[in-house]
Amino acid sequence: MGVRLIEFHLDARSGIAPYLQIVGQVRQALLLGLLSEGDQLPTVKQVVAKVAINPNTVSKAYRELEHQGLATAKPGVGTFVTRSLGQASLAEHAPLQGELRAWLAKARAAGLTEPGIEALFSTTFRESAEAEKEAEK
Amino acid sequence: MSAILHAQALGKRYGRRQALAECTLQIPPGHVVGLVGPNGAGKTTLLKIACGMLAPTAGEIEVLGEQPAADPAQLARVGYVAQDTPTYPGLSVADHLKLGAKMNPRWDAKLAQARIEQLDLYPKQKAGKLSGGQRAQLALTVAVAKRPELLILDEPVASLDPLARRSFLRHLMESVAENNTSVILSSHLVSDLERVCDYLIVLVSSRVQLAGETEDLLAQHHRIVCTRRKETDLPSGLEVIRAEQTDRQSTFIVRGESEIPAGDWSAEHLDLEDLVLTYMERAADPGHRGTTHPTGDAR
Repeated sequence: MGVRLIEFHLDARSGIAPYLQIVGQVRQALLLGLLSEGDQLPTVKQVVAKVAINPNTVSKAYRELEHQGLATAKPGVGTFVTRSLGQASLAEHAPLQGELRAWLAKARAAGLTEPGIEALFSTTFRESAEAEKEAEK
Repeated sequence: MSAILHAQALGKRYGRRQALAECTLQIPPGHVVGLVGPNGAGKTTLLKIACGMLAPTAGEIEVLGEQPAADPAQLARVGYVAQDTPTYPGLSVADHLKLGAKMNPRWDAKLAQARIEQLDLYPKQKAGKLSGGQRAQLALTVAVAKRPELLILDEPVASLDPLARRSFLRHLMESVAENNTSVILSSHLVSDLERVCDYLIVLVSSRVQLAGETEDLLAQHHRIVCTRRKETDLPSGLEVIRAEQTDRQSTFIVRGESEIPAGDWSAEHLDLEDLVLTYMERAADPGHRGTTHPTGDAR
């Protein structure tokens, strides 16, 4: 077993399913360049020993990452990152980031405070994610 | 693989007091099962029957496909940690491991030793001098080193502070991941269990009110808020678990297999705590008997 590269944390009040929180944190680590192709994700045992969650939750998150083409499981060894989402993709997202900046400026101009902006963003984010999930069905 | 626990109309009566009634459950293997209910609901009675310490007065039960405590082999397959994680106060940590080794045919001495070191427990320390958290960890170590297929824990974290609670659950989950052990653990607080359990049983007033995989239960239940209306005006196929009316508004907690169609109402999912409390409150309502709801359906 090599070094542990990342750790997970769970927010019980977020309303987001725990396995999706883990998926999100792996994606985040990929985007930040903390993880790249070939890196091993923490084993299920390591995760549950740290976070005190059900092992099936971690397995489910890793299966979802496989489904998204970001990781692959090697039986008896562990789960490995198959694709980097590092610097290049951040640069690719520059236009989106610009639009988000502009929107944030508008929101502040409209008198929204930081918690207000966060609340508006997370509600909209969740609604749109749910709507997309519905559309997929 | 057979169900970890199969109960059919199981009941236990102490004289005139009914401690457990018409308990029907079918729990598939590979789960961490949370048994939730208020104090005095019958949780301990159910767990004691499951590990063979109590005989039921009605119905049938099988644990891992056999009668509880049918023979030494069956006893070895089930680990049990009683309420308040009891240890022998006069015996040292090392004595507990020796005792465990003598009494259990499948005892894993290496695992027990490794866990004691990991927990930083001093082998010569008397169990009576350990903190509550350390005592709980020692009891868990003895139960886990027995290498059971099913581990039954009665209120293991109730008396622990938040830090010891988290630490206990971490070690429990680690051992589940390592050995593929199935677990049934009870608590009167769902918040203790929601991170670790993927199967939930709600037991109130000696009856099972709800049982199933946590994810399914969460997906099936909605809170519908709308202008005041009758239950019969809701979309079909929904079972109303609770209805609350004000002069202008109705709030329904409903259960149904499908998503709620769009309409002049808002529908949202409940979190686990609200879901459990809804069933607890319904069961505490004297007008409700708690038997109308089929539970423990196998998938």
